[in-house]
Amino acid sequence: MRNPVKLVFTGTLLMALGIGVSVTSFAAPKESYLRPEKVPAPENNKVTPERVALGKSLFFDPRLSGSKWISCATCHNPALGWSDGLPTAIGHGMKVLERTTPTILNTAYQKSQMWDGRFATLEHQALGPIQADVEMNQNIDSLLEVLKSNQGYVALFEKAYPGEGINKDTLAKAIASYERTIVSSESPFDLWIKGDEKAISAAAKRGFALFEDKANCVACHQGFNFTDNGFHNVGLKGNTDMGRFAKKAIKSMKGAFKTPTLREVNLTAPYMHNGIYKTLTEVVEHYNRGGDEKENLDPNMKPLHLSTQEVADIVAFLNALTGPMASVTMPRLPH
Amino acid sequence: MRIKQVFVASLASIFFAAAGLAGAAEHTVDQHEKAFEKDGKKIDKISVKVGDTIHFKNMDPWFHNVFSLSDLKTFDLGSFPKGQSKPVVFDKPGVAEVECAIHPQMQLEVEVK
Ligand code: HEC
Ligand code: HEC
Ligand SMILES: [Cu+2]
Repeated sequence: MRNPVKLVFTGTLLMALGIGVSVTSFAAPKESYLRPEKVPAPENNKVTPERVALGKSLFFDPRLSGSKWISCATCHNPALGWSDGLPTAIGHGMKVLERTTPTILNTAYQKSQMWDGRFATLEHQALGPIQADVEMNQNIDSLLEVLKSNQGYVALFEKAYPGEGINKDTLAKAIASYERTIVSSESPFDLWIKGDEKAISAAAKRGFALFEDKANCVACHQGFNFTDNGFHNVGLKGNTDMGRFAKKAIKSMKGAFKTPTLREVNLTAPYMHNGIYKTLTEVVEHYNRGGDEKENLDPNMKPLHLSTQEVADIVAFLNALTGPMASVTMPRLPH
Repeated sequence: MRIKQVFVASLASIFFAAAGLAGAAEHTVDQHEKAFEKDGKKIDKISVKVGDTIHFKNMDPWFHNVFSLSDLKTFDLGSFPKGQSKPVVFDKPGVAEVECAIHPQMQLEVEVK
């Protein structure tokens, strides 16, 4: 007879034989912080200018929603760091949602989408918000009919996906193609990594050193996009959202959320999946306390004993991750 | 009551693992740079014999987890730090999908023959 409980128990006993060694922090090679030359795209949806143009129209088009009033850009607003500046999103019928709108900057590089990683790719993600009753509240079949009766869209789809027609697949692929163009610009931090000593302040340099060492932020915020694409419970006060656990019923995933990018993070306050922190200083102080809720806290989290100056240095470093705004032109929506 | 029975069963299974299956091999699989590795090479598959033990060893300076929810074997070793290893005995033939819950890109197929 299969007895999972027994097996788990055996594992637990055996595990006691393991030898504990303390965790040490590390410094990654500097080049690992530079943006990869290529934006990854799936074999069956390579990025082309035609696909990007179509995706951009769809992204900014409120007529995609049931109310004809909400577009992707309503919540993912380029002027607000591709987010909405709200603690948690507001959707169809002004309903206040449970989670913060994440930026869509650099989502092309993520290994999964959403705070709980429930979608594997941007293509899978794209149809979610259109159909969700709390977000854009639209029936996909009626949306496809609307698009098919719009001669402008018919032409754009034909250019982007010749002979494939207007369907769920091409709709999702086009939106994903546009999102793959939304990437972070070269920040002062990148210029410094490339050798320009004057690009960032002494405080930001100290902050980066702390980020990689004493503050151990790199246990989770790794590489150019400052994410391990992993899931962690960072102990937010009063959090009741199960997060990743809904997708992977493993104990450590209770209250765990995807590590977000830190690129251009000073544009997207409030912070965390539930928007509880208004400033980056509040966020760093949270880490300095080692998190608030200890239950199921990620073991990488511990009190950091940072001085007020050190907290300020880390914030200076985070501020150096925002470069000049990449210009975004509004499309004229097709008729 | 049930817990106690399970505990006895666990002890018994350890005993049999140790005594009954002498000759079973020990394998070490490293968790390194968010991938599974064997002898310094990335792997996504490993083949072992019934009764063999795999020691999962964390080589990264941050925590990893090891779990499986496969029909063949269900376990959750929890999260453990650099330098620590945890063993799993594969006591039935079949295929188990082993993953790290923290980093879902870490996946290993264990074929037990
Ligand atoms: C009502 C506000 C709202 C609208 C409209 C909306 N989103 Fe979102 N978006 C969110 C929220 C909130 C989340 C996070 C939800 C979660 O994780 O459960 C999210 C998550 C995402 C993510 C994942 C980002 C990440 O880092 O994991 C992508 C990509 C995205 N949205 C793209 C879109 C696209 C494309 C559209 C239009 C088709 C759209 N969104 C419309 C609020 C919105
Ligand atoms: C244990 C892994 C882990 C460590 C260590 C960690 N972070 Fe995070 N970070 C996360 C996760 C996961 C979130 C999202 C948590 C949530 O919303 O529930 C996050 C969120 C953030 C945010 C908010 C981003 C946003 O868009 O809302 C900032 C800023 C941040 N971290 C900076 C840091 C800094 C600075 C350090 C070091 C002092 C650090 N983190 C250490 C995993 C970690
Ligand atoms: Cu891992």
